[in-house]
Amino acid sequence: MRYLFRTDYRQDMALWRHKGDLFWYGLLVVGLLVIPMAMGEFYVGELGGLFIFAIAGVSLMLLVGYTGLISLGHSAFLGIGAYVNSVLLAKGVPFIVTLPAAGLFTALCGAAIGWPTLRMSGLYLAIATLAFGSIVGTIFQKWTSVTGGFDGFPVPTPDIFGYPIEGATGIYYVSLLVLIFVIWLTANLLRTPVGRAMVAIRDSEVSAQSMGIHIARYKALAFAISAGMTGLAGALFAHYVRYLAPDAFDVLLSVQFVTIVFVGGLGSIHGAVFGAIFVRLLPQAIAIVRDDLPFGIGRMPGLEPSLFGLVLVLVILFQPGGINGLWLKTKHWFQAFPLKRQASFRRQKSYARSERLK
Amino acid sequence: MTVLFKAEDISVRFGGIRAVDSVSFDVNKGEVFSIIGPNGAGKTTIFNLISRIYNTTEGKLTFDGQDFTHTPPNKIAGLGIARTFQNIELFANASLLQNLLIGRHCHSTVGILSQMAFLPSARRAELQHREKVEDVIAFLGLQRYRDTLIANLPYGVRKVVELGRALCTEPKLLLLDEPSSGLNVEETEGMGFWIEDIKKDLGITVIMVEHDMALVSQVSDRVMALNYGKVLAMGTSHEVQTHPEVIRAYIGGDVEAEA
Repeated sequence: MRYLFRTDYRQDMALWRHKGDLFWYGLLVVGLLVIPMAMGEFYVGELGGLFIFAIAGVSLMLLVGYTGLISLGHSAFLGIGAYVNSVLLAKGVPFIVTLPAAGLFTALCGAAIGWPTLRMSGLYLAIATLAFGSIVGTIFQKWTSVTGGFDGFPVPTPDIFGYPIEGATGIYYVSLLVLIFVIWLTANLLRTPVGRAMVAIRDSEVSAQSMGIHIARYKALAFAISAGMTGLAGALFAHYVRYLAPDAFDVLLSVQFVTIVFVGGLGSIHGAVFGAIFVRLLPQAIAIVRDDLPFGIGRMPGLEPSLFGLVLVLVILFQPGGINGLWLKTKHWFQAFPLKRQASFRRQKSYARSERLK
Repeated sequence: MTVLFKAEDISVRFGGIRAVDSVSFDVNKGEVFSIIGPNGAGKTTIFNLISRIYNTTEGKLTFDGQDFTHTPPNKIAGLGIARTFQNIELFANASLLQNLLIGRHCHSTVGILSQMAFLPSARRAELQHREKVEDVIAFLGLQRYRDTLIANLPYGVRKVVELGRALCTEPKLLLLDEPSSGLNVEETEGMGFWIEDIKKDLGITVIMVEHDMALVSQVSDRVMALNYGKVLAMGTSHEVQTHPEVIRAYIGGDVEAEA
């Protein structure tokens, strides 16, 4: 087991705990940079899609896992980002402008939806965001002069300083870059007062307020940042699917994002990435075993969403820490071998929380 | 002696109930002022009025010569008033260090964008906050729990952490809501020593709601007794504890008959 000896406050602020972490993250990035040279178009495309889902996962993690607010409308933010990016591109605006523009505009939309829903929490917030998602979905369908309605909208090929970003490989690299940027942004937030204020709001609003945190402002900010990062994912998603249609941004996609967050493990950036891997792998796994399943189960409609739902329920019941929790436990088992105790990961219960000020 | 905090005829009504009924008191700089009273007397309600979680129906609150009756609750910490809660309101899924750093929130001046990019200014501010937090950790002897999640800490330690978090805001006035509730005799004595240290070494004025009379007598300069939202008595700990109205409120019945 490794013990960290701290000799400097900067050690607690660093993005990696020690040199070993830096080495492994570096190796991972180098590996991901090399992969497109060794793998086929299909796998590169799927990995690109995974990165896009991971961006959305990290952004929703900031909202759900760290600020404690739920959103069932994140597919709408993804859609807004996708349409803003594509419409601007079609008007001849360069990609290096449309990508941040998609993020910024979606962030504004996030603040606009965040502000009126601040007084809500839990189930009510879920309903409000669900309604927002379906309103935006309807706008995508009806506003045919801009979005093309159900006929769809072919996404132009982007280019950066004259170099076209073509095919799966181009989107792969841009998505990887944006994913690293988004993770860096979120990690920065979490080590500064803004992120800590969000965590404070999640754990106890009344004492957050007494510590001088403006609850409404930070909730709206969390919504805006989360929506903005999802907007970036949306812009990339447009290039990933290449042809925008309003039905791509439905409730099921929002539920997939929520699944990323819960299955990955609440309150952890690693968890968001793990969750994205799970959500992207499950349909592929179903596709592989589909023909071999007995009684035609593999051909039944709705197999995929029901499996997502089942996994979500099982994780919440039996593994509240999600995949990240499982990973931490496994790591602990090996580090402490053979001394792992039953109670190592058991929380003591506290029954003395104040109900009066809620 | 200068008056630091002043409450003038403050009242609050919840429907037909006057939970606090024209209560006036002032607290001098460097003093430990205790509020006692039976359950439901309105002690915690007064704290919630001072930290502006509830709005006062009538009356005026002054701190350091400044009227803050209508200041929003998130500005109170910035004024220099910090508080703890009766049933511990810590951020349970964050480490002790993070909890104390949240206490520094009212002193953070770096813009959001510089924080997102973690510019050198944000890093410098973080280092300064960390130094202040380490002072508090050293003051309260919490070093060994620095990286522990609050959810994994024993109750007695959490109580001290909450005190520490309030100290991290660098308050001039500290509101302690039942600092000894849920603590054993030894821990209560320890809490008494912290409060004396806070008063003597840090020069912070304390208003405390407390049921443990031994602790009240040990640390308080002045005591106010409340019942049904009204002031029964005010004075030194001994004066209040022997005041006939106070004894009547606690024990009930006719004082003369018992004497």
